[in-house]
Amino acid sequence: MGSSATSPQAGHHGSGTRRDFLYLAAGGFGAVGAGAALWPFIHSMNPAADVLALASTEVDLKPIQAGQRITVTWRGKPVFIDNRTADQIKAARDVAATELPDPQTDQKRVKAGKDQWLVVLGVCTHLGCVPLGQKTGESKGEYGGWFCPCHGSHYDTSGRIRKGPAPKNLEVPEFTFVNDTLIRIG
Amino acid sequence: MAKDNAFFNNPTVKWIEHRLPIFSFVDHSLGSQYPTPRNLNYWWNFGSLAGFMLVVMILSGVFLAMNYTPHVDHAFNSVERVMRDVNYGWLIRYIHMNGASMFFIVVYIHIFRGLYFGSYKPPREILWWLGIVILLLMMATAFMGYVLPWGQMSFWGATVITNLFSAIPLVGDKIVTLLWGGFSVDNATLNRFFALHYLLPFVIAGVVVLHIWALHVHGSNNPLGIDTRGPQDTIPFHPYYTIKDAFGLAVFMIIFAFVVFFAPNFFGEPDNYIPANPMVTPAHIVPEWYFLPFYAILRSITFNILFIDAKLGGVLAMFGSILILFLLPWLDTSRVRSGLFRPIFQVFYWIFFVVCLLLGWVGGQAADATVMGIPLLRIGQFCTFWYFFHFVAILPLLGWFERPRPLPISISQPVLGGGRVAAGAAAKPMEKA
Repeated sequence: MGSSATSPQAGHHGSGTRRDFLYLAAGGFGAVGAGAALWPFIHSMNPAADVLALASTEVDLKPIQAGQRITVTWRGKPVFIDNRTADQIKAARDVAATELPDPQTDQKRVKAGKDQWLVVLGVCTHLGCVPLGQKTGESKGEYGGWFCPCHGSHYDTSGRIRKGPAPKNLEVPEFTFVNDTLIRIG
Repeated sequence: MAKDNAFFNNPTVKWIEHRLPIFSFVDHSLGSQYPTPRNLNYWWNFGSLAGFMLVVMILSGVFLAMNYTPHVDHAFNSVERVMRDVNYGWLIRYIHMNGASMFFIVVYIHIFRGLYFGSYKPPREILWWLGIVILLLMMATAFMGYVLPWGQMSFWGATVITNLFSAIPLVGDKIVTLLWGGFSVDNATLNRFFALHYLLPFVIAGVVVLHIWALHVHGSNNPLGIDTRGPQDTIPFHPYYTIKDAFGLAVFMIIFAFVVFFAPNFFGEPDNYIPANPMVTPAHIVPEWYFLPFYAILRSITFNILFIDAKLGGVLAMFGSILILFLLPWLDTSRVRSGLFRPIFQVFYWIFFVVCLLLGWVGGQAADATVMGIPLLRIGQFCTFWYFFHFVAILPLLGWFERPRPLPISISQPVLGGGRVAAGAAAKPMEKA
């Protein structure tokens, strides 16, 4: 290593010297260390283990009549479960998906063979309000689904955005049918 | 001068001064050794009023925190307990609650004073920037404070505002989850908001120190907008402006006290006396009044701009409406500071002022409201356009096309007729002009 006879200033590659290299290496190492020290603090703000542990919920579908909607809580958010009538399913499927603001067919939003069960997050994709339409007498919007009173978004009977400022369809959460009348969300 | 007086000859004061010159520091900062333009009008009271409000908010907040429980099951009730059971709790809470509104009123007047008299122009750009930083910190603090009582407006305001960050492409949802510490606004959110709400006022106090430091480098601007040229143009801050500020403070406190004692819920929303319910959104969500103009700008972007969708566009416009103030010293190309000497600027200034009020009014109405057949959305969109147009078009062009009125030679010249007198020649600056 000591074979080089050149002085520290005489780096022949540009103006870099051995000292510059040491400065950069030490500085870079320090920056990585500072970043590594910062991460635990940032990550501590992400959902904690107990919050994640509450991340799934089971719902019994037996008491829900055709045409009835219920609201359950999952991860602190409302989930709308809709036992849709044949008319409502037809209304959702009569429109071509390509014409929608957020194109998606109704079939993709329900489980095959369980077409009457629509499960969506009751959270408007605009700024997170809870849309109306779950209770009798509430506005269901122009497309018979849900209506968000905050900024006027209309959702259809498949929970898809049809009109208003919301950019996306109501989100379908991950869920599975445990048996014919029981679902697990999350 | 002050060094000769009895106070600075006191042995104890001398002993301390020799080790920590704190008295002369104060004297140079806000005392007899701080020369101030002699022509400041009452619009210059609002800086010290803002400082007063910061102290009021910190003090009342500390006492509220002693009785507050940052937990979703207890927060609402702990605030009600403050109101009903804690001795004078109602008073402290009403001071804090209305203090936020008064703080914003004072700061907005302070900002509009700066806009009119060109206080952002060289060499006070950094002073101006620090003011904007304070405004942003105030907004964050006020927003998080409003969440703490955990009423319906608290909860849904927090939900809507934190959801703004979901508009950020790619990482938006991850950022929102990080802000929440969960999958919705919940206990983790309330806890961190309380911690930050307690922290940020002290950060503000730190930036205020920088703000005053920057102010003292070149001194206050003044209604004429011309530089001071020597002692004949200035008077010592103490006692002249300390007494003027004290008088303004007394008038301000009458108004403040009136609100606290006779209309404590005037600025508030009744819905916030309903405990937070994550399952039901109130029919009409509105932010606190001081956010309404920005809320109107957010809602006015209902269309996509190229590849930016409406939601992101609204968020960018809202933050942009404040961030553009950072560029103001360069957008305003006129070299004349004070609006008093700018006849066309004055007209546009007041149009801009009305546009800001209109935005505030639109922001408080329902999204689909109409007035005389005109959808408020259109009014909001026009005002949003004008807000930005004022900064990016009118101000740059006015500097070129406007012919300002002639500036006085000095501040003292109209009174003493001696504006050109060399510095120090006008011997008795403390005497009445």
